[in-house]
Amino acid sequence: MNIVVCIKQTFDSEARIQLTSEGSIDESLVKFVINPFDEYAVEEALLLKEGAGGGEVTLISADRRDPSVALRQGLAMGADRAVWLDCNKIPFVDHHVYAQALAGWLRGRSFDLVLCGKMAIDDGASELPSRLAGVLNIPQVTTVSQLRIENGRMLAKRDIEGGFEMVEVELPCLVSAQKGLNIPRYPSLRKIMEAKRKTVERIEIDRSGISLSEINPFVEIEEYMLPSARTAGRILEGDHQTIVAGLLRMLHEERRIF
Amino acid sequence: MSILVFAEHRGGILRKAAKEALSKGRTLAEQMGLKVAALIIGSDMGGLPEQISKYGVDDVYVADDQSLAIYQTESYAANLQLVIKEMNPKVVMMANSAISRDMAPLVAERIGAGLVPDCVEITLKGEKLSYTRPVFAGKALVRMRVNTPIEFVTLRPNAFPAVESPTLPRVKQIKAAVPDSGAKTVCVDLPEGQGPELTEADVIVSGGRGLGDADGFALVRELAGLLDAAVGASRSAVDAGWAGHRMQVGQTGNVVSPKLYIALGISGAIQHIAGMGTSKCIVAVNKDPEANILKVADYGIVGDLYEVVPIMIKKLKGNG
Ligand SMILES: Cc1cc2nc3c(=O)[nH]c(=O)nc-3n(C[C@H](O)[C@H](O)[C@H](O)COP(=O)(O)OP(=O)(O)OC[C@H]3O[C@@H](n4cnc5c(N)ncnc54)[C@H](O)[C@@H]3O)c2cc1C
Ligand SMILES: Nc1ncnc2c1ncn2[C@@H]1O[C@H](COP(=O)(O)O)[C@@H](O)[C@H]1O
Repeated sequence: MNIVVCIKQTFDSEARIQLTSEGSIDESLVKFVINPFDEYAVEEALLLKEGAGGGEVTLISADRRDPSVALRQGLAMGADRAVWLDCNKIPFVDHHVYAQALAGWLRGRSFDLVLCGKMAIDDGASELPSRLAGVLNIPQVTTVSQLRIENGRMLAKRDIEGGFEMVEVELPCLVSAQKGLNIPRYPSLRKIMEAKRKTVERIEIDRSGISLSEINPFVEIEEYMLPSARTAGRILEGDHQTIVAGLLRMLHEERRIF
Repeated sequence: MSILVFAEHRGGILRKAAKEALSKGRTLAEQMGLKVAALIIGSDMGGLPEQISKYGVDDVYVADDQSLAIYQTESYAANLQLVIKEMNPKVVMMANSAISRDMAPLVAERIGAGLVPDCVEITLKGEKLSYTRPVFAGKALVRMRVNTPIEFVTLRPNAFPAVESPTLPRVKQIKAAVPDSGAKTVCVDLPEGQGPELTEADVIVSGGRGLGDADGFALVRELAGLLDAAVGASRSAVDAGWAGHRMQVGQTGNVVSPKLYIALGISGAIQHIAGMGTSKCIVAVNKDPEANILKVADYGIVGDLYEVVPIMIKKLKGNG
């Protein structure tokens, strides 16, 4: 089983978000981590490789900044190698460009499965996996919370609102990982130290099989804004009977919720 | 030129989020001097054009085939692409959902279009549309524009109102595309399909670790039932096995913005707030007066949920 896992390095979920004086996101204050959904993808790749008794798990991340923190986390979990597609030459990269860059690198390589996370927690888009499957022209199953492979076919459980679908799909295909797929392993200290010594291969985006002059972003950012803070809440005082009666009346009469 | 709205339905019933997309499609089309068309894909959709006609569309494209009875990535994408090719819309709009997250980026990539997913506001600036969407789990917003001839956008459920404005649309049957595909959805199971669906619900009652055990969810469900609400959960409650992972609200769960969110025994961690912070009204019951959830709640009750919730239930039943 040769499996490629697409990794995005994201902000730590506790991170406070502030804008710089130029109006961009201030990255100097935040800690970077592997996108939580990508940990499920890495874990699943390792389980499948172990189950198949061989193969290779390759991590790939396209990024303008060095995603080594995320890639090394995947290496410490047990991935065989990690590649950084350096997109620094492009001032702004959208999901289309990332998908083209990843596909450029993937084309001509042999793989049985591409795994992604279902969503990057920073952009919250859930956009890259389907775009990438579209460029690669392979079938996709997104938001998968369970899967089984037998005789070159996969049966995948795809989460939808209020339930799930069962999808039968041929390999090679692309799958995006949802919570529930597995429980990602915690790498041991020894593995973390070993991963620190492994190299992350860096490849310039224009050496990954795509031509920069042909690939332009489809979208553009106008501005970042910070949301207005929620107005401070109100603690209802009194005995519970009175509080609840008052609350239900307010929800009903003032807010007209029910 | 027109705006094309993919109108999602379940078993011939238009989804609430689709009504919101149709309504927004119509108001934008009016502002821009465009027509609005809806596309429905499925089988046995007899009553749908009439449901859609309430939202003011000019045309309804119908792709009807037995093989489209349940969502299939490749054939749904092919039919959307077919209609796009035929009518060359300026904007392709749909609700942000499990289907659109699967299909919209795929079709957008194939036809060379930009996409703004999970949009909460769209404004017209001169000739250009400007799209606002939350990023960093709602800790920031970004305003974007799309620079391709066709623009894709998916709308966050409950962020736009559904407003009726009836018309008599033309119904156009298309010859449904049924392409070969390496993937086939063999069945759909909707075990949680009884009450309102979490991302669309007007009211959500969520339980956290403060419930103490799995049985505590019976109380959450009882209150939810009385309010016609969906049931949500914090990650701690999901990880403890008290609730299914599809019920999780937060940064790594569902993002919801109901009219009313009731948090029971939830501390209000930043990752939880990320999933419900845009609710119009938040009520929290927590026994710790310092709990973060009480800082974001419109109405906070400091107390034991096992004392407070039974009082709510009793009063809602009209005997207290
Ligand atoms: C990468 C990452 C992603 C995450 N994603 C999510 C996510 O999507 N969603 C999410 O929810 N969390 C998420 N978390 C976890 C989050 O940090 C918190 O751990 C979690 O939200 C806490 O759940 P809780 O509020 O139920 O439990 P606790 O924090 O343990 O809070 C329980 C609360 O119940 C109160 N309580 C106890 N007993 C009673 C009683 N009898 N009556 C009234 N109140 C009572 C307590 O005072 C306390 O405030 C994520 C964390 C990480 C690191
Ligand atoms: N720049 C990138 N490089 C590699 N993988 C990515 C990149 N962006 C997104 N992904 C993958 O696509 C998933 C969904 O991301 P998104 O579409 O941004 O929500 C992530 O969980 C990653 O697996």
